[in-house]
Amino acid sequence: MSLNMDKLMYKLKEQIIERLHLKDLKPENIGDDQPLFVEGIGLDSIDALELIVLLQQEYNIKLSNAEDGPRVFHSVRTIADYITANSGALKVTT
Amino acid sequence: MKVYIRSAGNISPQHSLDTDSFFLSRTTTSNNYFKSVEPDYDSFIDSKMIRRMSRIVKMGVTAAITCLKEAHVEIPAAIVTATAYGCLEDSSSFLRRMIEFDEKLLSPTAFIQSTHNTVGAQIALMLKCHNYNNTIVHRGLSFENALTESILLLKEGTRPVLVGAMDEITDDSQAILSRFGLYRKTDNRMGNIAGEGAAFFLLEKDQGKKSLAILKGLHILYKPESNKAIQHSLLEFLKEKETTLDQIGLILTSHTGNKKMDEQDKELMNSVFRNKVTFPFKSLCGDYPTASGFALWMGSVILKEQMAPFWMEHGPQFPLSNILIHHHSGNSHHSFILISES
Amino acid sequence: MSSHTFVAGMGIVSAIGNGLLANLQSLSNEKAGIGKMKFLQSIHSGELPVGEVKFSNGELAAISGLSSQLPRTALLSSIAAYEALLDAGWDKSFSQRTGFISANTVGGMDKTENFFKLFSKNSAAGKLADVVNHECGAVTELVAGQLGIRHFVSTVSTACSSSANAIFTGARMIRAGMIDYALVGGADALTRFTLNGFNTLMILDKELCKPFDENRHGLNLGEGAAYLLLVSENGLNQLGKKPYALVSGYANANDAFHQTASSPEGTGSYLAMKNALDNAGIQPGEIDYINLHGTGTQNNDIAEGTAIQLLFDQSFPKMSSTKAYTGHTLGASGAVEAVYSILAIQQGIIFPNLRLQTPMKEFPFKPVSGFLRNQKIKSVMSNSFGFGGNCTSLIFSAA
Repeated sequence: MSLNMDKLMYKLKEQIIERLHLKDLKPENIGDDQPLFVEGIGLDSIDALELIVLLQQEYNIKLSNAEDGPRVFHSVRTIADYITANSGALKVTT
Repeated sequence: MKVYIRSAGNISPQHSLDTDSFFLSRTTTSNNYFKSVEPDYDSFIDSKMIRRMSRIVKMGVTAAITCLKEAHVEIPAAIVTATAYGCLEDSSSFLRRMIEFDEKLLSPTAFIQSTHNTVGAQIALMLKCHNYNNTIVHRGLSFENALTESILLLKEGTRPVLVGAMDEITDDSQAILSRFGLYRKTDNRMGNIAGEGAAFFLLEKDQGKKSLAILKGLHILYKPESNKAIQHSLLEFLKEKETTLDQIGLILTSHTGNKKMDEQDKELMNSVFRNKVTFPFKSLCGDYPTASGFALWMGSVILKEQMAPFWMEHGPQFPLSNILIHHHSGNSHHSFILISES
Repeated sequence: MSSHTFVAGMGIVSAIGNGLLANLQSLSNEKAGIGKMKFLQSIHSGELPVGEVKFSNGELAAISGLSSQLPRTALLSSIAAYEALLDAGWDKSFSQRTGFISANTVGGMDKTENFFKLFSKNSAAGKLADVVNHECGAVTELVAGQLGIRHFVSTVSTACSSSANAIFTGARMIRAGMIDYALVGGADALTRFTLNGFNTLMILDKELCKPFDENRHGLNLGEGAAYLLLVSENGLNQLGKKPYALVSGYANANDAFHQTASSPEGTGSYLAMKNALDNAGIQPGEIDYINLHGTGTQNNDIAEGTAIQLLFDQSFPKMSSTKAYTGHTLGASGAVEAVYSILAIQQGIIFPNLRLQTPMKEFPFKPVSGFLRNQKIKSVMSNSFGFGGNCTSLIFSAA
């Protein structure tokens, strides 16, 4: 499980970098628990919306209430937790 | 009131971000489109802001910053932007996804960046400028109408005014506009080519320590009734500006090599412009509705340097006091811009 | 520069009616025009309510005299612009002293959407007639051509503040003595492009919007067109008409905070309102009614309210958002709400902020919740704020 979790978090970091055009960052530069917004990586509300679409497209998970965003998108780990909790059998392809 | 062009910043198919390079060498294209020579934007724009910007936004913001820096102005009293087509790349991208994914799973960034005032807004955001900000989107007269507004703002005491024009070529726009027969076939060296660019100017009421040129007058002509009317209109304009044809040493024309489009110039070429030194500025920047921004920049730097670009054959004589720009886009949008040495 | 700018004519088409009278009637009957999509074809039709103008393109074409193949925005624009000229008694012989400054946000996008359906798969496909009027300026020119105005024609596009900016652009030209007549305003038809765009921002309410309500969940999109004929004193004398109102002040400011969101403290909104008061030479206490931007999003209403609280201190004017009637008509909204603001002055009425149940707890003031008659209204402020931090306030006063 923890191996899967690590893989998932790495994959998420790659996807976040690509989706949000964070070309100065590498997956290694993003801490698992580092806050993604404002004081951390510095993402903003538009990024939050992009992340909602990312979850939907890549993981088929719908975050219908935008107000859950800050909690779910706090860090890569919280996103990974949310994915794990909301999808049945998780398959990570790297 | 005199209107001074204090400084300018220009990204175009020429090496125009650096005036020296523009005077030294000329770029050409064998395609039927002419894209901008773009700098490394990372040295102009913060990495947090640049990541969402499409080409037109990067060109516009960089031209604006360059213009402000040159005049040592941090915050202009007004920002007026002009674009005919707006942010085509982002519009196309959102539209394509919307159709492809049948209105599902769309992401917001392209939509957000697609509004016509994006460049003006991003400049304000970068500068933290809370002042006046407006965007004019009126086809071949977008820039001219923005200039008109800027001059009124100066008269009201709002100064300095940052005014700029920008449009971009995208794969979609090139495919569509080509189908209208606007551009030459690729195997033909003659004829019209698509262009793009972003040109910004800082306008002031006084000369300050230095300025590029004086914007002596602007005359707009929408849907002239005939070629004769264009000519009549020009002569009236010059009379009003107390400038004779003899005092104009260079005329920048909108001549493109496309027979149908150049029809508009014919009357002028055979009469008023006859025996004058003319140069077809769209051969340098391509044809696009806000190309008058490029022409105003080119005229201004020639007046400032009192020198013709080295590559220009049959250039004007110096000292050069006045340059006239005749911009027209399609058959219905004409303008005359008169600039003089400051 | 000190010469007055008068409003001599008005025209409007919106979700609550075609024409001034129909709009006034719906306003006073507290009848909103927002509901299920009928004309716009979208997969969201069952889910997202909108404020549609209740006519098909064919019907709009018949009313406007334009072709039904043209962008819907042009059809709407033509109808409202013509009404404003007719209302003022403007004559074609004045065209050499007339400017037409119109706003819209996506030009002929409805037709471009059709074009792209085919074009996106094959770049040689799609009817060129569907993209020939794509540009915002093309929509303006279609109407300018029909009205016979070509002395000065321009198009403004600053997202949701577009037509408010078109209004002050015309007022400025009259103040400067450049023209005697300025037909100003804007139009926007609903398109799938804008509907889906706003939907990605997750700010569309699935129910009818509730601006300035504690339990608001976003905005409803609308469509429409509205125009004012602004005139100089010369122009007014020539028309021999009693004006509706004066354009007494205006200002534009930028929030410079974020591409789409307003700053929580409403910096841009505050500056626009404050500078418009200065431009009009009046005090906050002299404003009798504010037509709020009031979209119904969390973000807008808190920012706008915070700015109002700061600027008007404890003497809050009556206020309401008429977007609860019409939906947010984007590029048309500044002009639609200018027309309502001027009707408020002329008729001595104030429109309710429909569906207000629980006023926002952050503020000591609350919008008007019932229709008010017999009001003495000297000056009205109309707010329009948009993407890109673009904030505009207009002030109209009794002439």
